[in-house]
Amino acid sequence: MADVRPTRASTGAELTFRNAVLAALAQEMELDDRVVLLGEDITSGGVFKTTTGLLDRFGPDRVWDTPISEQAIVGAAMGAAMAGLRPVAEIMFSDFYAVCWDQVVNEIAKTRYMTGGQVTLPLVLRGANGFGSLGFGSQHGQSVENWAMCVPGLKIVSPATPVEMVGLLAAAIRDEDPVLVFEHKALYGLKQAVQTDEHKALYGAEQELPEGEQFIPLGEARVVHEGSDITLVGLSITVGLCERAAAVLAEDGISAEVIDLRTLVPLDAQAVLGSVSKTGRLVVVEENPGQLGWGAAIAAIAAEEAFSDLVAPVTRVSGGNVPWPVARELEAEVDVSPERVVSAVQRLMKH
Amino acid sequence: MTQATASGVAALPLYERMLFIRRFLEKVDVLYRQGHVHGPAHLGLGQEAIAVGAASVLHPDDYSIGTYRGHAHALARGAPAEAVLAELLGREGGICAGKGGSMHITSVEHGYYGSYAIVGAHLPIAVGLAWASRIQKSGQVTICFFGDGAVNIGAFHEAVNLAALWSLPIVFVCENNQYMEYSPISSMIPVDRPAASRASAYGLEPLVVDGNDVSAVAEMVGTAVDTARDGGGPALIEADTYRLKGHSAADGGAYRPAEEVERWRPLEPLLRQRAALLEAGTDEQDLIRVETRIAISVSGMADRVLAAPKLDPSTVWTDVWADGGSAWRT
Repeated sequence: MADVRPTRASTGAELTFRNAVLAALAQEMELDDRVVLLGEDITSGGVFKTTTGLLDRFGPDRVWDTPISEQAIVGAAMGAAMAGLRPVAEIMFSDFYAVCWDQVVNEIAKTRYMTGGQVTLPLVLRGANGFGSLGFGSQHGQSVENWAMCVPGLKIVSPATPVEMVGLLAAAIRDEDPVLVFEHKALYGLKQAVQTDEHKALYGAEQELPEGEQFIPLGEARVVHEGSDITLVGLSITVGLCERAAAVLAEDGISAEVIDLRTLVPLDAQAVLGSVSKTGRLVVVEENPGQLGWGAAIAAIAAEEAFSDLVAPVTRVSGGNVPWPVARELEAEVDVSPERVVSAVQRLMKH
Repeated sequence: MTQATASGVAALPLYERMLFIRRFLEKVDVLYRQGHVHGPAHLGLGQEAIAVGAASVLHPDDYSIGTYRGHAHALARGAPAEAVLAELLGREGGICAGKGGSMHITSVEHGYYGSYAIVGAHLPIAVGLAWASRIQKSGQVTICFFGDGAVNIGAFHEAVNLAALWSLPIVFVCENNQYMEYSPISSMIPVDRPAASRASAYGLEPLVVDGNDVSAVAEMVGTAVDTARDGGGPALIEADTYRLKGHSAADGGAYRPAEEVERWRPLEPLLRQRAALLEAGTDEQDLIRVETRIAISVSGMADRVLAAPKLDPSTVWTDVWADGGSAWRT
């Protein structure tokens, strides 16, 4: 097999989240020539530099720049998937799903079902998502995984670390169903050591980059670290928030178990329920506004199916219920943070 | 309007195919009124020549794709009529397993990649089919049928623009039946023609054809398909036609002026193709035999489908995912 790791960070020992996207795309394009990319400005690497060099490496039949036409981009991905390709479409900012939402929810999510299974749609829609107090504001800063979670027929992936990104994006591309992959833009610069003992302890040697293919099955949550007093459930950027909160809580003698859901659909509900059966307490941490977030679905499942295990109310920590602001002081007011997770836990520990 | 001619393409088979579709749609209309069709049914009565003429120039592995008024387009590609009717009536053997109904008739096996019920939404999807053909260098061509009302939605413009930009092997066929649902299309566009007047914006020729003349449709679409197959890029064809009935089976079409309906009545494709065949020397007894055979065939098919079992409710949980199931969580 040809080199599948042209994208490692220049240090040679660290992988960035952004380069992880590139590594996954390169790996899968190398393995399967049906994988084709389309999106705005992607031949020059894209706004977030997640496709740099792929045109030179794989040629113009595999990497296609499009006009600013999200309906055409997403619809074309669907048509090409029906015709036997495995397209990966970039939506530059996930806020833009709003302009092609018909294609996503009425066409892509439903056509397999409403044709009685006559077509399969092995396609990936991916791009920058999330708030992270970066100053992107209301129209470029939303976390929208929960939009997709309302719609049967879509798989939803939102990785938390660079190594996770490679394996989960690879799995999304190999999946036979449509998968939306959300890449938190505040994580693009996140670096992860890939050859350290710490990494091996966290992910196991078999998932260590750069050796071998990366693949993490969809629908299997990850226990980031074990604990016995409370379960913290995160996704994407909030996994790191939970880890930092857990470190603070440990200093107070509170043992928090941190779970990275990795995917909302398929949802590894059993991983959450299993953890709650041990800890008896649950905090779900989501970045999007809480008025109807994915955390509500997790909380409802726990309330219905783990009621007898719970010793405290299920609690959600989520973004503020306003359109996102820009000024730093305003961002901080609505953004989720380790401090908010810690105070939620401290309240629950009184039960 | 030009007169239908019996020259060029094989005229009698086209007449047979159009007549079968006509009788099929009329039967659906009756079954709808009898309460056998669950949900809406949008019939293409009077528009058969576009579906049949266009399908006649396609190779078996070419793609076509259409709208919620799509029964004719599926049947014209060879979709099994009994399975289509079973879908409309919610019986076992339905071509979409009872999950699509009238608005989503699909027969991938026959190259018909679906009927889509969000106006204009399938144009980008059609572009994707054609994009794949270009990448795969397969020589396949896509025909995308859409109504005149679709030209005012953004997806139309994004799709035609991208197809022209990438020089894709696709032929867009606008079925201009003069009405956007209940409103005259002329009252909803600031230009003369819904599709042809927009063609120049994408560097395409403004092509207009008499959509009630099956031979003329076959000729114009055939030329465009050949060009697309040879790498000459897309075409945008506007085919003039007229609904014999309302927007859907529930609509009497009372908003249409009586004189307009009368003016179009003799221009409908079946009458014209029959006259053209007779003029070209076809024995009328041969036509009557064909007509009788089709009438009996459609009637018998409806009886069989009505007698077929209804669906097993448990099948609602299949076909969401490629593994056949619908599980979303552990």
